[in-house]
Formats: sequence, C-alpha cells, structure tokens
Amino acid sequence: MALFIVRRLIQSAFVLLAVSLVVFLAVYAVGDPIELLVSPQASPADRAAMIARLGLDLPLWEQYWHFLVRALHGDLGASFVYGTSTIQLIAQRMPATFELVVIAITLTCVVGVPLGLVAGLYRNKLLGKGILSSSVLGFSLPNFWLGMMLILTFAVWLGWLPASGRADPVSVLGIPLTITTLQGWRHLILPAINLSLANIALVLRMTASGVAEAQSQEYVKFARAKGIRPGRIVMRHILRNILIPVITVIGLEFGQLIAYSTITETVFAWPGMGKLLIDSVYHLDRPVVVAYVMLATLIFVLVNLVVDILYAALDPRVQLVENAA
Amino acid sequence: MQTTSSKTRARTLQPLPDTPRRAGILKQLRSRPTVRGAGLALLALIVLVLAAPWFAPQNPYNLADLNLLDGRLAPFSQSMDGVRYLLGTDDQGRDMLSAILYGLRISLLVGLASVVIATAIGSLVGLLAAYAGGLLDMLLMRLVDFVLGFPSILVALVLLAIMGRGVDKVILAIVLVQWAHYARIMRGRALQERHKEYVEAAANLGYPAWRVMLFHLLPNCLGPVLVFATVQVAHAIVLEATLSFLGVGVPITRPSLGLLIANGFQYLLSGDYWISLFPGLALLALILIINIVGERLRTALDPKK
Repeated sequence: MALFIVRRLIQSAFVLLAVSLVVFLAVYAVGDPIELLVSPQASPADRAAMIARLGLDLPLWEQYWHFLVRALHGDLGASFVYGTSTIQLIAQRMPATFELVVIAITLTCVVGVPLGLVAGLYRNKLLGKGILSSSVLGFSLPNFWLGMMLILTFAVWLGWLPASGRADPVSVLGIPLTITTLQGWRHLILPAINLSLANIALVLRMTASGVAEAQSQEYVKFARAKGIRPGRIVMRHILRNILIPVITVIGLEFGQLIAYSTITETVFAWPGMGKLLIDSVYHLDRPVVVAYVMLATLIFVLVNLVVDILYAALDPRVQLVENAA
Repeated sequence: MQTTSSKTRARTLQPLPDTPRRAGILKQLRSRPTVRGAGLALLALIVLVLAAPWFAPQNPYNLADLNLLDGRLAPFSQSMDGVRYLLGTDDQGRDMLSAILYGLRISLLVGLASVVIATAIGSLVGLLAAYAGGLLDMLLMRLVDFVLGFPSILVALVLLAIMGRGVDKVILAIVLVQWAHYARIMRGRALQERHKEYVEAAANLGYPAWRVMLFHLLPNCLGPVLVFATVQVAHAIVLEATLSFLGVGVPITRPSLGLLIANGFQYLLSGDYWISLFPGLALLALILIINIVGERLRTALDPKK
C-alpha cells in the first residue's frame, strides 16, 4: 500500500509538472507574454518595471524555472482586477464550490442508486423502462439550459425559490457554509439539482445494468436456490457487488463536478471558484486563470489517488501493486 | 427481442461471403420504429437546416431586416408591418424561428466538423500506436491518458480564453479535447486485428507500413470508432453551446443555439421566457435524435449480441 501511494505520488508530480509546462507555454510563449500578463492600463514606467519583475526579458527556460519555483512557494502571481494573491482569491471561493459539489454528490447517491436498482429489477416492466428512458434526458439536457429552465419554473413562475446567489454564510469550524440555515438551503437546492442531474442519470444506468448482469450470475442463483428472501438477495448479494464500480465513478466525478460547477455557478450566480474563473476570463485576468488551472489539476490528481486507494479498500481482490505479496 | 437475436445468429452462421454484415445491420435498424422515427427526424432536420435561407421568414444576420421596435415580442404577436412572429422575437427584434434555423446550422457545422477532424486525427494516432508498438505506443498513450485526465469543458474553456472566440477556434478547441478518445478506441481495436493473417499477408507482400495500416488494418477497425463518433457529435454540439453560453464560443455575429440561449438569459427573470426556451428545445431535440440513433447503432453493431 505504502509503495503504491509513493509511486502514485511520483506519477502525480509528473502530471503537475507537465501541466505547468503546458500552461507556461500557452500563456508565456504563445503570443506576447507582456500583453497577457501586464495590465493594458499600466503606464510605460510600470510596464518596464513589471517586465523586469516578472523576468520577461530572460531566456524562456529560465522564465519557466522561475515560474516553477514561485509556484512551489505557493505564489502564482497577483490578480489584475483585485490586486491580491490569486491563490488566496481562489481559496476564499473554495468553500462555496465544495459545498455545492458535496450536496450534488449526495443527491447523486441518494437518488441515482435507488432509482437504478428499481430500473434494473423491473427492467421488463413499464416502470423500469420508463426510468431508463427518462434517464436519457439526463444526458441530453444541456446543463446550462436546464439551469435556466429551473430558474424560470421555480423562481420566476412559481416564485418558490430565489433565482440566484448564495445566502449569507455562517462560520462552521472556521469554514463559511450555508447548509446550516434554511435560507442557505433555499439558495442551494436548485444549483445542486442542476449539477447532479447528469450524474444521477449516469449512476442510475450503471446501477441498473449492474443489477441486470448480477441477476443471472451463479452466486445469485445459488442464493435464490437456498431460499434467501428476495429483498436480502438484492441488498446483501447484488448491491454489495455492483456498488464498487458505482463508488469509483462517483469518486472520479467529484473532480469533474468541480469543473462542471463552472457552468452551474455562472447560471445561478453562485460565488464559487467556477464563477471566479469565468469572471476572470471576461476581465482578461490571466493570472487567476493560470492559478485556477494549476489548483484544479492538483485537486483532480488528489481525487484520483484517493479513489484508487478507496477502491482497493472496498474490494480486497484489487491489488494496487503487482507481486506486492 | 428473442426473434431478432436468433435471426442475427442464423445470419452470422451463414458462410456465404456475399452476404455482408452491414446490410443486415441496416435492415435491423430500419425495422425498429423509434430508430426509424429518429433517423427520419435527423434527415428532416438536416434538410430543414440546409434549406433555411430559402424559407426562413427572415435573414437574422441582416441587420437591415431587423426592427428594434419589434424587440422582445411574445410568440404569435404581430410586428409593426403585419408580419407574425411564431416564436416571438429577441431583444433586437430578430425573429426567433429564423434565428433558431440559422443557429442550428452553426451548431451542426461545429459538431460535424470537429468530430470529423477529431476522428481522423485520433484514428491515425491510435493506428500508429498499435502498429508501431514499443516506445512510440507508450508515449502516445501516455499523452492520451494525460489529455483524457482533464474535464473537456475546462480545457476547452481555458484554450478559448487564450485564443479568443471564433467558429474555427471553437472547432479547434473541441478537436483538441476529443481526439484522444478516438485514439484510445482505435488502438484497442487495432491491437486485436494487427496479428490476424490478412495483416501479415499484406506485410509479407512487401507493402509499405503506411499502406498496410491505411488500406488493410484501418477499414477493419473503423466500425466501433464510427459508432462512437455518432454519439460524439451530440457531445460536441453541447460543448459548443456551453462554451458559447459562457461567452468564449462563437462570435455574436454568428449566433449558434447556445449563444441564442445565453442572449435570452438576461430577460428570463422578467418573464420573457421564449428567447431562451425555444432555442433550448431545438438544441434538446437535436441532441436527443443523435443520441437515439447513436445508441441503437451501438446495440446493432455490438458483437456480443
């Protein structure tokens, strides 16, 4: 296990290095870095000072080296718009995004797995077919349009829920969250549904096909021949075996959802990292975009690592390192 | 269900070389009502979109045709000079029906173009990796893993943030995030095929490697790649719409469905639903049709059946 983690950490470091190189080349080498990194409103003196400070007069490999060293010290530059450290800026927005993503994942599990189970068990009945066919909608609905239609229905027409924004956060163990207040939930529920719908469809379909496949397996037939109650077969025998791939997918989706929350946050004006990214793209605030990409990569890499380890913990047959024993 | 599977089994048992598998698949596809419906709808949509300039009530790109006084009219309302707007107008007095017909053109163009280019590039990379093997295979597949490790929306968004907006740039961004899927599928397929006798025979005839790859190996590996490509057209269209919604996609002068929806967003809260609702429904219909055709194509071509 330790060997596996060390190996994966080294791999992850290489991925981060590769991303930093790509980002560096994209921002610094393609096009004029001065134009990209120095605010257009700067005076000529400021400009010269900036060029010298950022080392834009140095050879390319030396610039990359400085970029790397600064990045390792947690310095990915300062935002043009806010003038503060980009890392700090993104860190301030992180709780809002994580709150949204965690609620969306919870919704995915709570809705997707039971529906998939029903669809798989009754796949030849109208109920199962209906659930499976409507799950196609979950894939097909363009996420941003769905969000707008949710706003139109529940905020504009019915007037039940607020159209956008986030409630005033309450500090929970030092983290500003809104899930402790009713107003917080009223703001949270539509974006969370919006973010989770595609994943609900995905998990539902995986569970349904897993159930269908498991039902014809020998161990299920044997359990049935032994006279075990059908409910127990489903919960103890089938569900346990099909949950492993489902949990893996949910874990991997965690990283994806942070990226997809960009869309949901834009539609619902949710003040998270994704909204910050889009705003920075509009304002040509490139240091923030660079910092976002680096941080997002770090999150994906860590999430993948944790999922792999969890996978092994859940299924004792999985060997992380060949010939480890 | 039972009859079709026994029928296919009977067909594959026939040793006659002149009954091509493909014809069987087409027949099987045509016999299903949903697929026939979706296929016909797709065809109708393509014709509709190609012929849009001849029967669309208005040219939505021609500013002289637009009347600002007709801005944000509800569906079925009449303009100053007696023209009826079936689906209403947007803030600039643009007829939504015409805008949707023209927007579909851009969406389809971006979807098809990016998928064709990505399929070509990805297939060649996958083919090369499988045929060459060794170090080149490893390097190419590491690159594929690397590209697929990131959410496509994020990569495309950042790419376009750097490149700027434009139809060609959107296509390029979608190609850059999608080619790796095809490379992976093609490599898997080519690895199964490459040690078969006909490949070895072609190589032993002294044909150069590129010829064996392109004329012998490729045609036999293309099936699963093309099925995947069908579904990817829908993905590419959604990706384009999303990017345009986020403001980094197609330019305002050539609004796709995504940009039309985004355009209506600011009027949504005041209840002017039609500017966003109808382009969205058109987009949804387009994607659903492609998904249904693609999914049935996959089941029909599935060798496990």
